[in-house]
Parts: sequence; structure tokens; C-alpha cells
Amino acid sequence: MIEIVSPGPLTTTQDLGRPGSAALGVPRSGAFDRAAAALANRLVGNPADAALLELTLGGLVFRALDAATVALTGAACDGLGWGTPVSLPAGSLVRLGTPRSGLRSYLAVRGGLAVERVLGSASTDLLSGLGPERLTAGDLLAVDPQPSGPVSEQGATPRLRTGPALLLPGPRLDWFTPEASTLLTTTRWLVRPDSDRVGVRLDGPALPRIDATELPSEATRPGALQVPPDGRPIVFGPDAPVTGGYPVIAVLADLDDVAQLRPGDPVSFRF
Amino acid sequence: MLPYGRDALLVELRDVAEVVPLQLSALALPGVLEAVPGARTVLVEFDPTLTGATALTAGLLSAPLAAKTAAPTRQVALEVVYDGADLAAVSTATGLSPEDVIALHSGAVYTVRFCGFAPGFAYLDGLDPRLHVPRHASPRATVPAGAVAVAGEFAGVYPRSSPGGWQLLGHTDAVLWDATATPPALLTPGTAVRFVVA
Repeated sequence: MIEIVSPGPLTTTQDLGRPGSAALGVPRSGAFDRAAAALANRLVGNPADAALLELTLGGLVFRALDAATVALTGAACDGLGWGTPVSLPAGSLVRLGTPRSGLRSYLAVRGGLAVERVLGSASTDLLSGLGPERLTAGDLLAVDPQPSGPVSEQGATPRLRTGPALLLPGPRLDWFTPEASTLLTTTRWLVRPDSDRVGVRLDGPALPRIDATELPSEATRPGALQVPPDGRPIVFGPDAPVTGGYPVIAVLADLDDVAQLRPGDPVSFRF
Repeated sequence: MLPYGRDALLVELRDVAEVVPLQLSALALPGVLEAVPGARTVLVEFDPTLTGATALTAGLLSAPLAAKTAAPTRQVALEVVYDGADLAAVSTATGLSPEDVIALHSGAVYTVRFCGFAPGFAYLDGLDPRLHVPRHASPRATVPAGAVAVAGEFAGVYPRSSPGGWQLLGHTDAVLWDATATPPALLTPGTAVRFVVA
């Protein structure tokens, strides 16, 4: 059992999300930085779909009421070693700091968290309200007794993301002027403070449209760069709505590329 | 067929009536993971290790005709108490009496074109053009679950309490969303829907 003493700014449970019901209006949800989440689970010998914690700007304080093996990945926080399995004796209090860089950290517990699953997933969907609530002080999380694989013998190496994030053409690229494509790939975009798991909102020049035709609502997906009337793109995150009424100019090849961006961070793109 | 990343296509259709048949056809093709209707499109997400854009395009081009003869659509009747907060405003905006608004809204047969906004929120096509009213410029912070509403060309029902900008005509006690049911949404794409005065 894990006791949440303080959840920090935002801690949710996540797994691989709930794909398969988008036609009914259900977002995919799931860990924003999927590679970091997968690594945390692998380090403690969990299956890839085990439920773990996603921390936003660290700050989580928890007590292991029983002995537990945990691993922290994503944004590194003081208070627990990064990228390596750590054995905690029963009663251990772990106080995680605020990461110096990066936004989201993943804390896996060997066995996986035994939390309520909705449509097959333990993911907290902050837009739809599906899945467990965001964690609050005093929450008790049971650990699944299911047998796991071996704990990883060696730690991980931090994965550095450098250079512009790769974009693929979106379905409505031709709704934009050629200048828009150039602006998209030459601008040093800044992440706006109102970014969250629904979308990473970018500040920069308006991307010009060829005309102001209204788009009948169509399906969107995490990683899509949707351009609302003000011309500034929003990169859809895991909790984004499944349909939208603004044109999608491009799609990120890898959603993880924007998972660790904090408000004010720069980001650039290439096709 | 429009590109949508390495593992998806957006299929654009001429006729809204082709959307759900194409969705069903796509789901029957090997390697397809999701098929998500929009107003005039279907997003087809696939496993790139099992299929590809070329194979799917070929499969989809030959499929829609077959799917049009598929099983009859689901039919749902929803009992509505027409006590919505915007009934009077819609009456004023349309120049119709509240009784006429109710008669037009409950007199039509609607079709679920697509879902979105929230789990189980269905966009219902078939609203009488005389009831086409714009959504509120500023959405309400809370619309109750079961609120029966219209906005633009669509009718809809809020599956759970949420913010919302549609014009509220009434409410239904029907359960629109139950995560433990199969399917969890009462109104799935293609479902025929009628509103009945309670």
C-alpha cells in the first residue's frame, strides 16, 4: 500500500490509455510521455500496461506502508534516484522535489497500482472525467500482487531530446498558405502557461490560412497540431477531445517530443 | 484519403450518409484499430506493422457498397420534459411559439452522425432548419446531465453534467453513458433517435 501524503501540483494514475472507443467520444488518454512510462514499468519488472503515477512538476510526497520497489523516470526529481529500481523498506517516506528541467515524472511500483479501471484503463482523463480522480492527500493506493518479471539489473540512460521535433503532413495542410509551413518550421515557438494534458498551446506568429472556410467537425488524435482562428497551433495531448472543428496542419511523429515541455520552454519543428 | 501521421488516414466523403457505412467497413479490414466518424469524414487508425495506407485505400474503395446493406440501425426513443432554460429564448429567436418549438423538435427522426465533446455526446443530424440557432456566445459553466439541447444544425443530449454552450430545450432521465455497459454510449454513430414528449 502506498499512502499519498501530498500529491504535489498534479499527480494522476496512467497506463497505456483507453484506445478503441474514440467513435463514442472517448479520448485515448494514458501517459503523456509513453517512453518514460514504459521505462519505469520495465525497470521494476512490470508489464507495459501496468498502472503507474504521472507527476507534473514533481512535489509528490508518499509513504510506502509496505516494502516496495519503485522506479522514477521522465523528469528527474530530488528525493529518489532516477532511472533505477529502488527498494524502499516498509514505512519509508519519500519526498520528491521539483524537477530542474522537464515537466512530467513517472513513478512505477513493482506489481503495478491496483486502481479502478474504466473501459479497461486506469488512466485519469482530465477532460472527460473518466478513470480515477487526480490524487489527493490521504489517498491509499494498493499495489497489485500480480507476478511481475525480474527487476532490471541495470539503470537507464537519460534520453536527450535535441533538435526540432519531426512533423508529418496533417489532413488540412493545404488549407494553409505556403508561408504557414515555413513559419511552422522556422519559428522558435514558446509553450503557453495554459498548456495541459489536453493540449500544448504555442505562442508565436499566426499561421495564415488560404481562406476562412469553416471545417465540419472531424476526428483528431493526440499529436495533431490544430490551428484555431487566432492562428497559433495547439498540439493535442492524450486527453484531447476526439473531434474538433479547426484544421490540423501537421501531426507530430512522436507525441513524447512535447511531453516534457514546460510553460515558457521553446520548441521548434521540422518536416 | 488524407494523411494523418504514420498510422492513420482521414477519409473524406461526399455524402454524410456514407460516414457510418465507411466506419463499419474500415473496422472490418485487417490491421484497423479505430474508425472515428466526423461530420463528413472517417479517421482510420491502423497498426502499420499489419497494414498500410495503400492496402487500406484499396480495401476502403471497394468496401462502402457492401456495407450499405448492413444490419438495420439501432433505434432509440428518448422521453423529454421540455422545461429547458433556453426554451423561451429559442422561441423568441425563431419566432415560433414554445409549443411549436417542442412540436418541431419532437417531430423529427434524427441520426447520430458522430460523437465528441464528451464520452457519449452524440451529434444528431435531422434538426428542422427552423430550429437552427447559434450556441451561446459564452458557455454555461454547468449544464446538467440529460439536458436536451440544440446548436447550429445539430441536436444533442448532455451525457453528464459539464460546461456547455448549447441552447437547452428540456431534459431526459435516460442514461446516455454507462462505462460498464456494452456499448457504454446509448447513442452510437448511425443510431436513429426520436424525442418523445414525456
